[in-house]
Amino acid sequence: MSTTENSMSAEYKEAITHLLFQLADDDFLYAFRGSEWLGLAPHIEEDVASSSISQDSMGHAAMFYHLLEDLGVGKADDLAHLRPAQDRNNSILTERVNGEGYYMETPQYDWAYQVVRSYFYTQAKKVKVDSLCHSSYKPVAEVAIKVKMELYYHKLHWETWFKQLMSSTDVAKKKMNDAITVVMNDFGDVFSFGNLKPKIESNNLLDSEEEMKKRWHASIGPVFEALQMEEPAIPNHPVMNGRNGEHTKDLDEALLTLSEVYKLDPVAVW
Amino acid sequence: MTSLHNSEEEKLAHFMHRIEAGDKIEADDWMPEEYRLTLIKLISMHGISEIMGALPEKEWVPKAPSLSRKLGIMAKVQDEMGHGQLLLRVTEDLLKPYGKNRGDLMQDLFNGDLKFHNVFHMKTTTWADAGIIGWLVDGAAIITQTNMLGASYGPYGRALQRICAEEVFHAQHGESIIMALAEGTENQKAMIQESINYWWESLLMFFGPASKETTGSSKQDLTIKYKIRTKTNEEFRQLFFDKYIPRILSLGLTIPDSTIKFDADSKIWTYKQPDWNEFKKIIKNEGPRSQERLNLRRTSYENNAWVRDALSAVVN
Repeated sequence: MSTTENSMSAEYKEAITHLLFQLADDDFLYAFRGSEWLGLAPHIEEDVASSSISQDSMGHAAMFYHLLEDLGVGKADDLAHLRPAQDRNNSILTERVNGEGYYMETPQYDWAYQVVRSYFYTQAKKVKVDSLCHSSYKPVAEVAIKVKMELYYHKLHWETWFKQLMSSTDVAKKKMNDAITVVMNDFGDVFSFGNLKPKIESNNLLDSEEEMKKRWHASIGPVFEALQMEEPAIPNHPVMNGRNGEHTKDLDEALLTLSEVYKLDPVAVW
Repeated sequence: MTSLHNSEEEKLAHFMHRIEAGDKIEADDWMPEEYRLTLIKLISMHGISEIMGALPEKEWVPKAPSLSRKLGIMAKVQDEMGHGQLLLRVTEDLLKPYGKNRGDLMQDLFNGDLKFHNVFHMKTTTWADAGIIGWLVDGAAIITQTNMLGASYGPYGRALQRICAEEVFHAQHGESIIMALAEGTENQKAMIQESINYWWESLLMFFGPASKETTGSSKQDLTIKYKIRTKTNEEFRQLFFDKYIPRILSLGLTIPDSTIKFDADSKIWTYKQPDWNEFKKIIKNEGPRSQERLNLRRTSYENNAWVRDALSAVVN
């Protein structure tokens, strides 16, 4: 299949555009939530490591937005900063707050939630990115190969945290188990393609939702087994489907912050 | 038989001889207590300032006005945390004889015994502040830190090699933000001028008072005596003026001090002194954002106590 804008069918373009929005918006919000932790991580070494992961993830978002720009959808910065919540296609998991409070004041963030969300999300992203390396759309396959190299370290990082906290004090285990419940409640749209599912799957852009869910389970299975824990189930029906523009108020608040300066003057050079 | 350096005086003479000869002192070498305490005070303050300095800039990380600016400022703040980590490690080695560790440093910060740089007590209001911090605060830091690259204490000098290399990128990052604003709309230009007006006094204070008579204490004499640095606070401030005043003016901005002038004969800038009483208040954690930033650090430290306990349980 040709990958140039001129020769691709309208259906193909619609499918790849929607998929790229899902990927870009996921990482944009995930990186933002990670960056809110800056300076507040449990120890300084972790602050250095996890801020590196947030930075990588924002870089991935930028690459996906630039692929959209290449498709003629709009300027990458406009796509990242100006689209209202109902036009966003990120999973609701990525938009959720880190805990109570605004990052500029004295927030009460939950490290257990950060670890569980990051580990499960990163594992899901790895499944997708592995699949994207073989996408029919070559530009995204090329980006996926770059992303994959960094994801190896992200996954290693969060898996280490997950195993350590799950093998530690009763307090830690309780907090982690509570976080798993909260994260899995929002996990229903992570592998969803939303209303574009038939078009995304039929154009060989990446593997099917069901196939990727299986791979996610296969990859976290041994970790849960070693911890003698039951694997959490991915909900069959998402509480809200971010892929279709359904979002929580957390996203509205996030977008206000993310675009505060850009919106002062979107045509100015910053 | 008497060993070569058995008395304290002989040890001190030998130590000073090593310093005078340009030898580097290492963590496990004998050193006079005054030297150790001077280093602990200097390096712990430097380290904790890097960490507390991440907080005002972090405020602008999500708000940075483009994807590339977001990436740039994320990288910069990450570097600052990395510098903090490096410097606290250097301090921890020096603290060993006192049985103190990083947890104690955090407590010292929270109870006000460990200070952080005056600039990081200030408020940030606009995106231009993020630019000014990178351009001029990091620019000021480069002036003082490059002077200590040859510090007599080897571990600090080596840490500074890496830190200064990264600070140069930070200053370029800040300068790039400021250049974009300076070439932008009237509102953007006004944003930088307001920012310079706000930060000017703090930048002058950053180098410290010219002598200890101003504020009652200064470590500059000791740091020079022990060849940790070579220049005085005032010499640093003059270097800052030399480097940045022409650059600020070339952007069409003004210096918020109508009295400032350069004497061509003496090659000295005369300028309006900042309010050193205000400086004393700031470093006592009574600055515009001192308590909020300390509280943020303190709260996150308390919130995460269970994580540190959990990790200790894994190790043990």
